[in-house]
Amino acid sequence: MHELSITQGILEIALRHAEQANAQRITRLNLVIGELASIVDDSVQFYWDIVSRDTIAAGAELHFERVAGILRCLDCGHTFPLDGLDYACPVCGAGQVVAAGGDDFRLESIEVD
Amino acid sequence: MSRRVSVVEEILSANDQLAAANREQLDAAQVFAINVMASPGAGKTSLIMRTVEALKEEFCIGAVDGDIATTIDADRIAALGIPAVQINTGGSCHLDAVMLQGALPQLPLEDLDLLIVENVGNLVCPASFKLGVHRSVLIASVPEGDDKPYKYPVMYRGVDAVVLNKMDVLAAFEFDVDYFRRGVEALNPGMAFFPLSCKTGKGVEGWLAWLRNEIGDFQLTLDV
Repeated sequence: MHELSITQGILEIALRHAEQANAQRITRLNLVIGELASIVDDSVQFYWDIVSRDTIAAGAELHFERVAGILRCLDCGHTFPLDGLDYACPVCGAGQVVAAGGDDFRLESIEVD
Repeated sequence: MSRRVSVVEEILSANDQLAAANREQLDAAQVFAINVMASPGAGKTSLIMRTVEALKEEFCIGAVDGDIATTIDADRIAALGIPAVQINTGGSCHLDAVMLQGALPQLPLEDLDLLIVENVGNLVCPASFKLGVHRSVLIASVPEGDDKPYKYPVMYRGVDAVVLNKMDVLAAFEFDVDYFRRGVEALNPGMAFFPLSCKTGKGVEGWLAWLRNEIGDFQLTLDV
């Protein structure tokens, strides 16, 4: 539900970097979004079309690189995907985990003219 | 001529910077602040009221209350005789650092020992937006079910204490407290866990002892 403010943040970052690069137009944004970031692509796309209007980023394509949520067992180091049911390590059975992937939420690069 | 410009910038970095500024302001005023998060109806306001009633003679307490609309919660807390500021987020699903920054000047920060920030009732969004407080507390409640730590890992990790409220109705639900606790501890080593009932008051003392201790530790760091 917070994708509007998020999308405004993405626009601000993109415009700032485009200006520094003396770009005339932004044609594409490459975003990296992890499963643990709670961001819905479709909502960002919806708001993007609205907030980017009348800027040099209007009409730019949004590309989402999705990163799966991965946990790492603190006992044996085994990594395994989130399943929403249990955190016990499937290899050694230990219960303490940390996120080892899927935290990402960044603008990796922009493509400009 | 199209070209690629490397950015590599965290999208929430602006919020993170403001959260750090909030923390500096709180530290300068020597105020220990907690962020209370939960789904709607878990008992955020009830626990805050219990806490204020029990601790208001020991500490000078202020509250910030986030809600999408209305001032019901802030009014209930202010009725206990402490300064309370309502933030109406206007439809937004969480508090962010900017909103807290706007609320701080409305409180007598220099007089406060403890600031309780009640986030918007939501088990997804508040996790992503740092506020700059010292500790995060999550309140779960028995009727929500024991699987929530597994379904909402983003919300449940990174919290310093978990309160499990409504223990008085445990018998009416199929709620495995051990399974719940395992899920929370898997994500938060050394986390404090307080099963209690805001309605009967049973178990509340453990939570209060933890909070007292955290405030005391914070105040010790200030004296160094």
